[in-house]
Amino acid sequence: MTHSDWPLWEVFVRSRRGLSHTHAGSLHAPDAEMALRNARDLYTRRSEGVSLWVVPSTAITASSPDEKDPFFEPAADKPYRHPTFYEIPEGVRHL
Amino acid sequence: MATAAAHRTTAEAQAAEAERTAAHEAAFDAAVAADERIEPRDWMPDAYRASLVRQMAQHAHSEIIGMQPEANWITRAPSLRRKAILMAKVQDEAGHGLYLYSAAETLGTGREELLDKLHSGRQKYSSIFNYPTLTWADVGAIGWLVDGAAITNQVPLCRCSYGPYARAMVRICKEESFHQRQGYELLLHLSNGTPEQHAMAQDAVDRWWWPSLMMFGPPDDESAHSAQSMTWKIKRHSNDELRQRFVDIAVPQAEALGLTLPDPDLRWNEVRGHYDFGAIDWDEFWDVLKGNGPCNEQRISQRRTAHEEGAWVREAASAYAAKHGKAAA
Repeated sequence: MTHSDWPLWEVFVRSRRGLSHTHAGSLHAPDAEMALRNARDLYTRRSEGVSLWVVPSTAITASSPDEKDPFFEPAADKPYRHPTFYEIPEGVRHL
Repeated sequence: MATAAAHRTTAEAQAAEAERTAAHEAAFDAAVAADERIEPRDWMPDAYRASLVRQMAQHAHSEIIGMQPEANWITRAPSLRRKAILMAKVQDEAGHGLYLYSAAETLGTGREELLDKLHSGRQKYSSIFNYPTLTWADVGAIGWLVDGAAITNQVPLCRCSYGPYARAMVRICKEESFHQRQGYELLLHLSNGTPEQHAMAQDAVDRWWWPSLMMFGPPDDESAHSAQSMTWKIKRHSNDELRQRFVDIAVPQAEALGLTLPDPDLRWNEVRGHYDFGAIDWDEFWDVLKGNGPCNEQRISQRRTAHEEGAWVREAASAYAAKHGKAAA
């Protein structure tokens, strides 16, 4: 396995406890352990994180941008899922 | 008959394909016009992709090559404080290169290919790094002027139409601010120091000022890629506009340093509301770009050597991963 074969890893950083891990970027590394170390050096040089995930990019299944309209369409015509859909009389509180 | 049918099918397929491309193009143009971001898996014109790869690769290479002139002074930094700062800065430049290589890879160009093109001279890096760092004050001048010019260029790139590039630039710009301030502070100390230190600071500014102005690229009417890049919202401002912005910012900063800028024509223009400045020596710019700068050969050969001498580390890491069966599929 030469350098060019090193897999690509997606890096997720939790910036502080209580928040989710957020995608920060990607890097190449020969294995998960090195990916974590490289991610620390690359994405948390200024204390940006308290926890890191590295995931092989090939392990991610993504929705297709070509189908984004039909794929997300079922949510588009259901405004009644939002609280602002409903009319409530003035003065009614805690609702 | 069968041939005619096949022809018709081919023609129909071609027509359908053309229609799909037109629809894609319209969606792309609309997204750019609406200031939305283009993401890696979206359809994009081939020329847009090629233009981005060219610009991002050049940008990434500049960060990596830019480590050399400054690393030149790490072992001779005048104090432990300055040494720690300089090491952190050079490490940041490596980081910036990696953010940008990652972003460029989202366009389907591999890391190894990008490095090969740098090493073989088929892709360029910023000409500014072909100038030598002759004294310690050059570390300050690079931070203040070179990183200052880079920030002026890069802040608008945070709104670039290509998402991964814009996101990388947000990180980079945050970190560049430290680079510029440490350089300015370094020069301020020298400027307020002994007469020899002051002279050293002035000499560094005298040598770095004009090359810094050249960093914005050729004048608008001679810039090969500018107009198209602005239409695609990769670039948001023209070279000359950004150069003027930088000059306007730098003049009062030089005054506060107690240093002068090496341009007898530099003066405030009440009518324009900007500083006028002298003519840039574009012959020098093109000459350095063609490979005739003071350090072109040294930069590339040092880069190649570093890559080759690091091969055993990469091989060892690969061997370790293979032996322990932890390599990713």
